[in-house]
Amino acid sequence: MTATVSGSQTVLQLEGVTKRFGGFTAVDNVSFDLPAGTIGGLIGPNGAGKTTLFNTLAGMIQLDAGQVVLNRTPIHTLPPHQIFKAGLARTFQIPRPFREMTVLENVMTAPANQAGEKFWNNLLRPRKVAREEQALREQALSIIDFCDLSRVSADAAASLSGGQLKLLELARVLMSEPEIILLDEPAAGVNPSLMVTLVDKITELNRRGYTFLIIEHNMDVVMSICDPIMVMARGRLIYHGDAAGARQDPAVLDAYLGDLP
Amino acid sequence: MIGVISYLVFFLILALIFSIAVLGLNLQWGYTGLFNAGVAGFIAVGAYTMAIMTGPSREAVMGGFELPFVVGLLGAMCTAGFAALVVGLITLRLKDEYLAVATFGIAVTIQLVCLNWEYVTGGTLGLISIPNPAKPLTDGPLAQNSVFLLIVVGVGGIAFWSLERIVQSPWGRMLKAIREDADAAASLGKSPTRIRLESFVLGCMLMGLSGALYVAFIGYVSPSDFLPIVTFQIWTMLIVGGSANNRGAVLGAIIVWGVWTSSGYVISKLVPTEIQAQGGAMQAVLIGLILVLMLLCRPRGLIGERMNVSRHARI
Ligand SMILES: Nc1ncnc2c1ncn2[C@@H]1O[C@H](COP(=O)(O)OP(=O)(O)O)[C@@H](O)[C@H]1O
Ligand SMILES: [Mg+2]
Repeated sequence: MTATVSGSQTVLQLEGVTKRFGGFTAVDNVSFDLPAGTIGGLIGPNGAGKTTLFNTLAGMIQLDAGQVVLNRTPIHTLPPHQIFKAGLARTFQIPRPFREMTVLENVMTAPANQAGEKFWNNLLRPRKVAREEQALREQALSIIDFCDLSRVSADAAASLSGGQLKLLELARVLMSEPEIILLDEPAAGVNPSLMVTLVDKITELNRRGYTFLIIEHNMDVVMSICDPIMVMARGRLIYHGDAAGARQDPAVLDAYLGDLP
Repeated sequence: MIGVISYLVFFLILALIFSIAVLGLNLQWGYTGLFNAGVAGFIAVGAYTMAIMTGPSREAVMGGFELPFVVGLLGAMCTAGFAALVVGLITLRLKDEYLAVATFGIAVTIQLVCLNWEYVTGGTLGLISIPNPAKPLTDGPLAQNSVFLLIVVGVGGIAFWSLERIVQSPWGRMLKAIREDADAAASLGKSPTRIRLESFVLGCMLMGLSGALYVAFIGYVSPSDFLPIVTFQIWTMLIVGGSANNRGAVLGAIIVWGVWTSSGYVISKLVPTEIQAQGGAMQAVLIGLILVLMLLCRPRGLIGERMNVSRHARI
């Protein structure tokens, strides 16, 4: 089950991660390692606990048992903003943009430790802030361009379509060059042409060295770009391996009741 | 003519003093989404600090340090800021709604303390003979008020300029991000608690500054100046002028204070003397009406929010 790709280093390591809501165990003793440079696919039927697992990894909800290690540092005790700073970035299943801000500033918000985030620097060291902002702006505009959002960079995030919001979420997390990016259903609600773009972006970023863990329902996407694949059902991890194996695994087929293409 | 000018100067002094408190609330609510329902309490803290630090010494009451005006202003900002720090550390981790309840309770508590802690606050009588910094420089009431107006414009101008600087920046961008979606901001490395605390404390410092200027102008301070109606007025000024826009905050202060004082005048002329005592209530109803109309017809205020935050990120 826990086959690690030989020779590559582990970025993210889960050990016995468990999350209960009252008497209901949404994530049940999940363990796996994700090697650097991979695109891990996390699949499973609705309600399997995938988003809940992401929320515990990102610190948005506290896990009840187990541990999460990012590059040898335990992160499961940290608050969300420190987990991000440690190098784990995530997007949301339902996009959560800063609606009343421009696309550009949504993206510029992301980098940590900006000089201008200390309010006094804006009075005492305005030049330093201006220089940093200039550089950030350039970087943000190029990422926005990469994500095909250039046409809307000056618009309010509130005015974007669902698919554009998915791309905006991706653009935001790219600003900080994280160790690992968790994408929660990046292709959901995205129209087919945009979907091709999105998949291209992810594979291109992966070639540049980014590690991903992706929750996705679109099996074409998962089977074509994800390896390894982890399958969850009723909170448990029931499969961990390659795409071909997942198609034949009886437990996986059972969980999907034969829905798997 | 002189009468009109005198009145206009007097009016502007008060409107601009209020506008400083509105700027503070704008930082908290407009930019950060913090519902401070205890504005009057933080104004009171600043006002009493000013009175104690700069007022003459008197029997049976602490204070009377006769410190310079500017020291009083800074002291008032510090105590209001400190009070905000304590309140913020306790409440800002809680859910949003609790902040409103907690700040409202704290403002009422502060008012009661002012009323009852005679040794420090002078109790019901308050503290009188607070020196006006314009007095030694001038003779005659109009000249004195004109100089005081200049002082208020100067102090308010510095506050306004500094605020614009620190808000049109990456810091302001974080405030807005927290306001829009605190969880999403946290997932991008921003600490909501810390950012809210900074905004809350700075905003309350401005409220304290406003209270200090008020006391120096009026010359006395008493607990009845800090009833919840003051919080209500400051809120209306912000909503009318336009949340998340500092110009709007100042404009709102001038307009609402104009409506408030002129309605007071009209009521005193038109309403029979027997029910004059209810005049204040009528004014409050009028302000409430304006607030409701504004929220219905122009929820973003007269000058709405600008989409762009950082002055370095204009497109
Ligand atoms: N905050 C919560 N409180 C109670 N139950 C929750 C909460 N969040 C998720 N759940 C439950 O946990 C289960 C897993 O949900 P989720 O992680 O969203 O599934 P998935 O993303 O795999 O579709 C669901 O049954 C859901 O109802
Ligand atoms: Mg989900």
